[in-house]
Amino acid sequence: MEFLNAIVALSNYVLVPALAYGSQLALGALGVTLIYGILRFSNFAHGDTMAFGTMITILMTWWMQSVGIGLGPLPTALLALPFGIAGCAAMVLLTDRVVYRFYRAQKVKPVILVIVSMGVMFVMNGLVRFVIGPGDQRFADGERFIITALDFRMMTGLKEGLAIKTTQGITLVTAVIVVGVLFWFLTHTRTGKSMRAYSDNEDLALLSGINPERVVLVTWLIVAALATVAGTLYGLDKSFKPFTYFQLLLPIFASAIVGGLGSPLGAIAGGFVIAFSEVTITYAWKKVLVYLMPESLEPSGLVQLMSTDYKFAVSFVILLIVLLFRPTGLFRGKAV
Amino acid sequence: MIKVDDLHKHFGGFRAVDGASLEIAEGTITGLIGPNGAGKTTLFNVIAGVLPPTSGRVTMAGEDITGLPPHVLFGKGLLRTFQIAHEFTSMTVRENLMMVPGDQAGERIWNTWFGRRRIAEQERALQAKADEVLEFLTIDHLRDEKAGNLSGGQKKLLELGRTMMVDARIVFLDEVGAGVNRTLLNMLGDAIVQLNRERGYTFVVIEHDMDFIERLCDPVICMAEGKVLAEGTLAEIKANEQVIEAYLGTGLKNKGMVEA
Ligand SMILES: Nc1ncnc2c1ncn2[C@@H]1O[C@H](COP(=O)(O)OP(=O)(O)OP(=O)(O)O)[C@@H](O)[C@H]1O
Ligand SMILES: [Mg+2]
Repeated sequence: MEFLNAIVALSNYVLVPALAYGSQLALGALGVTLIYGILRFSNFAHGDTMAFGTMITILMTWWMQSVGIGLGPLPTALLALPFGIAGCAAMVLLTDRVVYRFYRAQKVKPVILVIVSMGVMFVMNGLVRFVIGPGDQRFADGERFIITALDFRMMTGLKEGLAIKTTQGITLVTAVIVVGVLFWFLTHTRTGKSMRAYSDNEDLALLSGINPERVVLVTWLIVAALATVAGTLYGLDKSFKPFTYFQLLLPIFASAIVGGLGSPLGAIAGGFVIAFSEVTITYAWKKVLVYLMPESLEPSGLVQLMSTDYKFAVSFVILLIVLLFRPTGLFRGKAV
Repeated sequence: MIKVDDLHKHFGGFRAVDGASLEIAEGTITGLIGPNGAGKTTLFNVIAGVLPPTSGRVTMAGEDITGLPPHVLFGKGLLRTFQIAHEFTSMTVRENLMMVPGDQAGERIWNTWFGRRRIAEQERALQAKADEVLEFLTIDHLRDEKAGNLSGGQKKLLELGRTMMVDARIVFLDEVGAGVNRTLLNMLGDAIVQLNRERGYTFVVIEHDMDFIERLCDPVICMAEGKVLAEGTLAEIKANEQVIEAYLGTGLKNKGMVEA
């Protein structure tokens, strides 16, 4: 019984939140890794691209809520998501047309593109704050929980409760679907294969008749979709605040690099590695340990390795370790 | 077919191609020889759109193609192979070949979701074609191997295989024979002749192996230090004073160019 309680507490505070957060990071990191593989630069504007797509989704959600369109127990944002993706796609394609294409034509070094993407980042960041404001926005509606702690306790008779938020469930399901579709696309369609070919060997791809501009276009479309989905899921789960999305850049890049930049599979693995490390290290383990240890040994403190204020330090340290010992990442991406 | 007019390609102050002019007649197998560092590969790179020229003009059948990007030239039937073999490492040998028609097959975005039946048909045709090419090159047993795992010589064969996937008009071969064993080399030679006769490909062949050049090529163009030195049959080239000097100057007597 004690042991079961420990497992439930662990699931409630560590496994479930980390799984949801990991899915969000994985989706974000997939976008970063695709840009790196195809356009060959680290896109610092990715966090703000997520914020932009999410903003459009939120505006549509509010509108739908005001006219009474909804999904019942599911959040209305799911209905608004396609509009967010479309808006975000329009935005990144416009950016590509007026900014990146110019530098691409000159075949500039990746470093320059990174700096350029920082410029884009500031512009998008300003735009989002200007339109929706810098503050916290809530847009989640519908049923809050799939199962509440109370229900769980009643059902199982355990002392500990396990609560699963609707947003956590939706995050996981959506992430699985999106990743499934993406991998099918990359391995089974000709356009997807062209993208992989282009990422693998640009010269050869060109000489095989693959049109680089089309590959770039499709990549941006996919990245816009991934960014908007990731951003919306994160916003539903926590809340939407432009600055938070800028901050997400660190764990997202850490995920992509830990997995191996340019490797989609790596981005997913990296997302979960970072999420689980962050949550485990900043979690106060007292609650779990209380059930596992004899009374005399029970910890008096919180048994928290690090305060949650330092959660970004976790990504940073993991990033450093990986870069020192395995610079190509877990899945052998391109060396950074 | 291809006309190169006073072409220059400089890297900083270094003149890799230094005012080369030449003409490649339709239907020929033209040899391009010259000592190491003569600028042969660089010339290929400029013609194929991989490198922008410093100055000069390239025309194909009268049309100015200078500086066009490689995928556009591909669409016009201009193909090339790499001296250092390139391959899509994470794809199988067959998939590598099947990438070749580039944009021509079901590549439109909406076709990915609609019209899947037509795409499936194209894929099947492409696969049959790839298998045929692999069999021809005697590497059909490696069909499902990751291309990154092939040996150097096998990668060269894959390079040649790529050019056989579509109906090309002119193919530039950069030392396809290097690192390939004798028997296979002879077969490659036969393949080139066959493609030339039956499908009307024009070839430009860079090779250091003079027997290979002798068997296949007429005319032969000799380059040195970024310039075209001489053009003619191999026998004429071999007798050319300037050519002998260029080869002697680089100490490459044993290349078979100069009878000791
Ligand atoms: N990207 C580059 N940057 C600077 N120099 C280059 C570059 N590419 C080629 N070169 C120089 O240009 C010269 C010609 O090179 P190229 O590869 O065209 O010779 P090649 O005739 O193909 O020789 P080989 O028979 O050895 O293949 C060489 O001296 C080489 O060092
Ligand atoms: Mg060469």
